[in-house]
Amino acid sequence: MSAPRTRYDDVVVAAPVTIPYVRYSTKDAHWFLARALAALLKTSGLEKEEIDGLGVSSFTLFPDTAVGLTQHLGLSPRWLDHLPFGGASGVIALRRAARAVQNGDARVVACVAGDTNHVDSFRLNLANFSRFARDAVYPLGSGGPNANFALLTSHYMQATGAKPEDFGKLCVAQRDNALLYPHALFKKPLTLEEYLSARPIADPLRLFDCVMPCAGAEGFLVLREEHARRLDLPYARILGTIERHNAFPDDPIQTRGGWVLDRDDLYAQAGLGPEDIDVYEAYDDYPVINCLQFEGLGFCGEGDAPNFIRRNTFSIDGTFPFNTSGGQLSVGQAGAAGGFLGLVQALRQVTGQAMKTQVPGVRHALASGFGMINYDRGLCTGAAILGRA
Amino acid sequence: MTDPLQPPPRRNPILPLRPPTLPPSARSRAALRMTAAVAEGRFELQACHDCGKVQYPPRDACTNCLSVRLAWTPMGGRGELISDTLLHHSNELYYRARVPLRLGLVRLAEGVTVLAHLHGDCPKAKADVRVRAHLDKAGQATLIALPATDTPNMADDRMLREMTSDPKFRKVLVTDGKSATGQALCRALIEAGADIVWAGVAEPWKQPPGFDALANLPNVTIVPLDLTDSRSVDDLGASIGGKVDILINNAEFHRSHGIADRRGTETARAEMEINYLGLMRLAQSFGPAMRARAAESSVPATAWVNILSIYALSSLPTQGTFSASKAAAFSLSQTLRAEMRAAGIRVVNAFPGPIDDEWTQLVPPPKLAPAALARAVVKALQDGVEDIYPGDVAQDLFAKWQESAKALEREMWDQ
Repeated sequence: MSAPRTRYDDVVVAAPVTIPYVRYSTKDAHWFLARALAALLKTSGLEKEEIDGLGVSSFTLFPDTAVGLTQHLGLSPRWLDHLPFGGASGVIALRRAARAVQNGDARVVACVAGDTNHVDSFRLNLANFSRFARDAVYPLGSGGPNANFALLTSHYMQATGAKPEDFGKLCVAQRDNALLYPHALFKKPLTLEEYLSARPIADPLRLFDCVMPCAGAEGFLVLREEHARRLDLPYARILGTIERHNAFPDDPIQTRGGWVLDRDDLYAQAGLGPEDIDVYEAYDDYPVINCLQFEGLGFCGEGDAPNFIRRNTFSIDGTFPFNTSGGQLSVGQAGAAGGFLGLVQALRQVTGQAMKTQVPGVRHALASGFGMINYDRGLCTGAAILGRA
Repeated sequence: MTDPLQPPPRRNPILPLRPPTLPPSARSRAALRMTAAVAEGRFELQACHDCGKVQYPPRDACTNCLSVRLAWTPMGGRGELISDTLLHHSNELYYRARVPLRLGLVRLAEGVTVLAHLHGDCPKAKADVRVRAHLDKAGQATLIALPATDTPNMADDRMLREMTSDPKFRKVLVTDGKSATGQALCRALIEAGADIVWAGVAEPWKQPPGFDALANLPNVTIVPLDLTDSRSVDDLGASIGGKVDILINNAEFHRSHGIADRRGTETARAEMEINYLGLMRLAQSFGPAMRARAAESSVPATAWVNILSIYALSSLPTQGTFSASKAAAFSLSQTLRAEMRAAGIRVVNAFPGPIDDEWTQLVPPPKLAPAALARAVVKALQDGVEDIYPGDVAQDLFAKWQESAKALEREMWDQ
């Protein structure tokens, strides 16, 4: 066991912003990231010049990186982070920004994630997602993560006895939540029957198991508590964070993620346990990944997520408030912004800004991320616990 | 069990031709090395020279010990199918026309997990399977898992057929039907189930032994074809070019001469006319039509075979002009391969050693029997292999050439 990690002290996170998602856009990623940054300025009342740290996550910013974006947006940050972690980028952006602010390398870090979705950009992104994917996955026709997650899901069902109805229950509950979230692209209720009779995509995955690619952006600010107070911004404390990459490389197929290695560390840093979590926002590009996160973050034993699903409702007013925005499955997956969605919603929950999706009395919110199917499995995992100030 | 392949129905001329599409073909340099082995029929992955760990996907450094000494090593292919899916959707045109298709994760006995196409007869996971490496339509290495033991009509599997060029039910042109090799090729193709074999004949007056019997076989049709004559090649192309599924260019002009001790260039010119320019004439008269039909029906146009010579790689000085013409043809075949690639037509090159025919009477054994060469060509088509070196001499010289082309050059002085 490594030495206990220092806490984040008076570094806080504030100003959850979302640039409304659209299925397709003619704009570029820069447009969405600019909108997110502008929204952060508007929300906080900060001037652009006061942003001295920037963290950026985007798949479609190419050929630019965070560097090009500084010139594009006229920023001169003294601290800059480019975050190619996909679904884990929100948590990782937060924990890095927090250390930068804590140690004085930056005073305010704006963390933004956003992507566009041109009519053909999803296909082109897939084709060049990673070297291993380009060499050993894409040529087989798998059309992106669908086949990968079908294989993981199929194996998970065999290993644990999970049923389609279990995954369906999560999807339906998340849709119920999404009906209360203004930015969700899916605005119609989903029934279990509709879920089960939807067209097959890659067995055992059906249509509503798969996120819908779209365009959009998310953002938040990391700064000191007294600064947030001066700006009159509601803020949350950063109680604990973890990240891990390429955990369990010798597992023949992914049945667990890096959370398993790091969860004790996470809860120890926060001084909390899973039972103290009031609302949980997980990374949900496919329902099976929710299961790995329930297990990995200690809400149930390994392989026991199906029973956990059967025991709980996941609605905002239910026994285990979960993905209260509707998650990506019902809001849409705006590229790397999907990696921020959970964290931004957790921030809203813990600062009482979640409006119709607000879970009453939230003291601790957990957000977790999962990203980058580089070849046959997701490599990046992360989690963060936010606390009410 | 795989449904046996049926003869393709007659084409409905009212329906538009389906233009050929390809699987995605971009690869890293390391992955191309896997393709290079598959092109010769070998399934190789990298194994670390220092720690022994097998790696997949191909990479630049050992995932275990960071050594960069990764050796391409033959794989047994045995493994366990640990998960499978039936894909109903793809973003790529090639696969959109081919869904639903099965994919699976296989844990190889060597300790790596590979994503592979699944033969239709593979059971659901978990099951023992055999993983084979093949070239896909784009000419790049891909993997397919077969059931642990053979099943009836296995070769007729839809995805496996995308990776192979089985002559079964196909129409084949053999450019010289009269030579010993040509006759053997025609017979081997009929035996392999070819629908029609057109046997090209340049000199109608010549009646070599065996040719009459061959010409009388029901599936064999004799057609006039003189590769030295552009008009003749064009005429045949206009007549059957739109039907040929496999073209086998075995026509050659073969004399045994060096270059300095014999005056004149007539022999060399005659060799180039057939061995080199003949290939070019064929490419111009048959290439475009074959490309256009590369996605049509269940048995589309699929392959082009060149019978070259192992001396295309390293000149045999006593047959210097012949070697040079075959080297020129080899170079041309690489261009042909590039040009046929867009349609997924496979260009197969055969590099035999001396063939036991009238032009090698003074060459000591071992020599390659024409029937053995023909069998090797048919097998290459059935297995989907791109380069073959049939016979002991070719194998020996190819191994030496791979080891050191320069050393082989010296050794050829005394051959």
